[in-house]
Amino acid sequence: MTTPPDVLVSPASSGDADSSESTSGESLWRGAFKRLRRSPMAIIGAAIMVVFVAVALLAPVLAPYEPASTQWTNLSTPVFVQGSNSEHLLGIDRWGSDMLTQLLFGARQSLIIGVVSTLIGLIAGAGLGTLAGGFGGWVDSLVMRFVDILLSIPSLLLAISIAAAMGKSSFALMVAIGAAQVPIFARLLRSSMLGQNRSDYVVAAESLGLRRRTIILGHVLPNSLGPTIVQATLNLATAIIEVAALSFLGLGNDDPAVAEWGRMIVSGQDRFLVAPWLAFYPGVCIAITALGFTLLGESMREALDPKQRR
Amino acid sequence: MLRFALRRMALLVPTLFGLTVLLFFWVRILPGDPARSLLGQRATPEGIAKVNERYGFDQPIWKQYFLYVKALAGGDFGSSIKLHEPVLDAFVNKLPATIEISVAALLFAILLGIPLGYYAGRHIGGWLDTTIVSGSLLGVTIPVFFLALLLKYVFALQLHLLPTQGRQDARMTTDHPTGFYTLDGLLTGNFSAFTDACAHLVLPGLALGTIPLAIIVRITRASVAEVVHEDYVRTAEAKGLLRGTVNRRHIMRNALLPVVTTIGLQLGLLFAGATLTETVFAIDGVGQYLFNAIGVRDYPVLQGFILFIALMYSLINLLVDLSYGLIDPRVRVS
Amino acid sequence: MSGDYLSGRPDEGNTTVVGDTDHDGALLEVNDLSVHFTRHGNKPVHAVDEVTFSVGAGENVALVGESGSGKSVTSLAIMGLLPKRGVEVAGSVAFAGRELIGLDESQMRNLRGAEMAMIFQDPMSSLNPVVPVGKQITEVLRRHRRISKPDSVTESVDLLQRVGIPDPARRVTEYPHQLSGGMRQRVLIAIALACQPRLLIADEPTTALDVTIQAQILELLRELVSGTGTALIMITHDLGVVASLCDRVHVMYSGRIVESNLRHQLFARPRHPYTGGLMESIPRLDQARGLPLTPIPGSPTDTLAWSQGCAFAPRCPNAAGDCKTQTPRLEMSDDRALRCFHPLDTEAARIGAARG
Repeated sequence: MTTPPDVLVSPASSGDADSSESTSGESLWRGAFKRLRRSPMAIIGAAIMVVFVAVALLAPVLAPYEPASTQWTNLSTPVFVQGSNSEHLLGIDRWGSDMLTQLLFGARQSLIIGVVSTLIGLIAGAGLGTLAGGFGGWVDSLVMRFVDILLSIPSLLLAISIAAAMGKSSFALMVAIGAAQVPIFARLLRSSMLGQNRSDYVVAAESLGLRRRTIILGHVLPNSLGPTIVQATLNLATAIIEVAALSFLGLGNDDPAVAEWGRMIVSGQDRFLVAPWLAFYPGVCIAITALGFTLLGESMREALDPKQRR
Repeated sequence: MLRFALRRMALLVPTLFGLTVLLFFWVRILPGDPARSLLGQRATPEGIAKVNERYGFDQPIWKQYFLYVKALAGGDFGSSIKLHEPVLDAFVNKLPATIEISVAALLFAILLGIPLGYYAGRHIGGWLDTTIVSGSLLGVTIPVFFLALLLKYVFALQLHLLPTQGRQDARMTTDHPTGFYTLDGLLTGNFSAFTDACAHLVLPGLALGTIPLAIIVRITRASVAEVVHEDYVRTAEAKGLLRGTVNRRHIMRNALLPVVTTIGLQLGLLFAGATLTETVFAIDGVGQYLFNAIGVRDYPVLQGFILFIALMYSLINLLVDLSYGLIDPRVRVS
Repeated sequence: MSGDYLSGRPDEGNTTVVGDTDHDGALLEVNDLSVHFTRHGNKPVHAVDEVTFSVGAGENVALVGESGSGKSVTSLAIMGLLPKRGVEVAGSVAFAGRELIGLDESQMRNLRGAEMAMIFQDPMSSLNPVVPVGKQITEVLRRHRRISKPDSVTESVDLLQRVGIPDPARRVTEYPHQLSGGMRQRVLIAIALACQPRLLIADEPTTALDVTIQAQILELLRELVSGTGTALIMITHDLGVVASLCDRVHVMYSGRIVESNLRHQLFARPRHPYTGGLMESIPRLDQARGLPLTPIPGSPTDTLAWSQGCAFAPRCPNAAGDCKTQTPRLEMSDDRALRCFHPLDTEAARIGAARG
């Protein structure tokens, strides 16, 4: 090891800069935004996210073919899989559908399922967490025991059991993936609620005679917003990956008219030796999209972390 | 320490209770008649009558739950609809394969993740740190089964370096006293069987270990970066201790505390990920069995396996918490 | 507990007499030391500049100043504990005739803990929480004195005894969280003095402790350094601490020494307006009741860059036009130094006479 003993005292902590630190909420957000704009991770993440959302929204405009137009009726050898050519930029799949079209519409499906499932997880989880942290006592114990039980089942298995019970549909996927996120949001909201319950502004609000509900909704929740947004962004990435995983396990929406990246990988898997791109393209799409949300979420987390402020 | 252990174990009771309640109701929200769900579509009226009698589906709900728990306590976790074997036997038979690839994955993740995380944590902002962080972010965003497919394609099908299927070369005939193929190879003195079993673990281990690796790297990095600034590290430096002593005794011993907890949490991910990895690599373990059960809606298998996996996950996390008490004196006393 | 140290001999505060300058050369000579923090993107911060002072063998010296005055950074620079990246250290630090700036890392490690030791401000966080306190003492003994394990354990028990920890044989097996703050500071003192260093730097050793414990710790420090030949640099913002311990005082402001003098002379006749302000802002028992304390106006961030004038000028009651346009130099004469255009008392001769 040739490393010098690393930073033992940072200049900021040795007392030179301990007085000009501003703590107001507004400057926290503005400062965080400023740090975000300087971070290459955040910029790449945001760019990926913008492209992904644009593609998902504009899929019908961008796609060269109709989404479900399997062309095997006018194709002489439907089982022959073509690579990229002038007609089909990324080739066609085993049913004769245009790959590019499917990938574009797959983005749409990922976006919808990702956002809705994260919303389901967020609303249910945040509700439980607020209840637990806001009221404390036996409500807290009860809610947290429930969350512990959910946490004792690995999230993918939880999603599997729900999806398996509900049958194959996009809605089942959303509920399953959303439910798996409930414990994460519940814990997050509860801990930030408990952290703020004793903070000065809550005590001040209480001493002014504000009602508990008003304090929670008006003061505590808005201050939990930062970590919640970060977590939601990260969970979007997880959701997109889990949709694919559930499809891979045969629990996804099996309507062939709805293009979905995970199912594209599964159907491409059989021909991995002769036509690896069939599984490769959708896999890369999932990885890049999830990476985009993760990069953005992680850099937001860093930007909002007071410890990281320099 | 004993009180801490007992209190921690007591927390397991409500979790187990809740888990059985959840799984009990889970069967009841399945579409259709619960007896039919447990027996499959081709159930005979006699079979349905038998199940109704055993689980008391015609009785009040609390009594049904009681019968379910009673059956569980007696080791009856139901029977597979398709394969007509007790779920418990199936689970026990398939477990060694899954444990083997999970251990392989975890070893890979820990042995690579802690050094990488340590290095990155000591050089925050350096180019290697940036590379390690980017790599770990990519690691968590590649779907496990897609990574498994890629590995299979590159290392096995293109480079012909490693086996892609199963746990053992098909031409090999060996005894399996324990069901752990690596261990069996060693126990029976068949060294080529041992190396063959290890070779079969490499790709599944890599695929399954990538997410835990990425997470361990990031937790270690963050933890080291924080500990390095602690006052006690400065004290250690002021004592003129050798760099190695400062690193080991004062930085790593503290930095590893959160990493230990993380490793425990990864085990849940491993069991879930095994479902995907085993399927791709055709490994006859718990995961593939579960995958097949999902395909044919074999609900008793799902119900039993989820209960088992949750149980194991809870027990492992209990052990991790207890070992945490051993390495962190503050927990031990309080 | 620790009755020996509590018995206190309040009148013996000035037992160590500073003789004339040590002609063999002082133990520690700091010459024109500067520390600049250079962080990419930001302009460099001059944390310490032009700092010159020396410490004789067995001498007790104080560095006094508000937070941000550069006194801690100075001590870390002496110990070689500043981060290597983003920090520029220039000037000279000679320890027993040996230049420390630029000394290679392994030799520096041989010195630290053995020849020079340091005690930090916060005893709560300065001990490793997962290592028994005994081990934290024996490791420094074994590192520098190369003694056997059983011997180091015996010695660590002995050390704990000497710093006034009751039942030391039991305490060595305990963890830091099982000890009170005062006890932990005693352990840290034991660690620092384990190898009988020639120089001990104490960085605000009592600030984080309860008031009742503060006096005990100071008493213990005085007890341990006097008579052993260990020199002490006491870093503090509290002139009260200085009064009981130190022979010589260097007052720092915004990274530079603004006044140096023997303790008695400094207290008798502070010259720099900042020193005067510090003294007026400490509560005193010998003052008439009801007399208000006079705080120094403004805050330590209220400074002028030294390159433009006197950093204290914005807060200084004596400030005149030249203070904000010219940089005052540190004028040295005999054993005192002053960096001020308009000192509190211009009759410099009286200071020399006061000592006589």
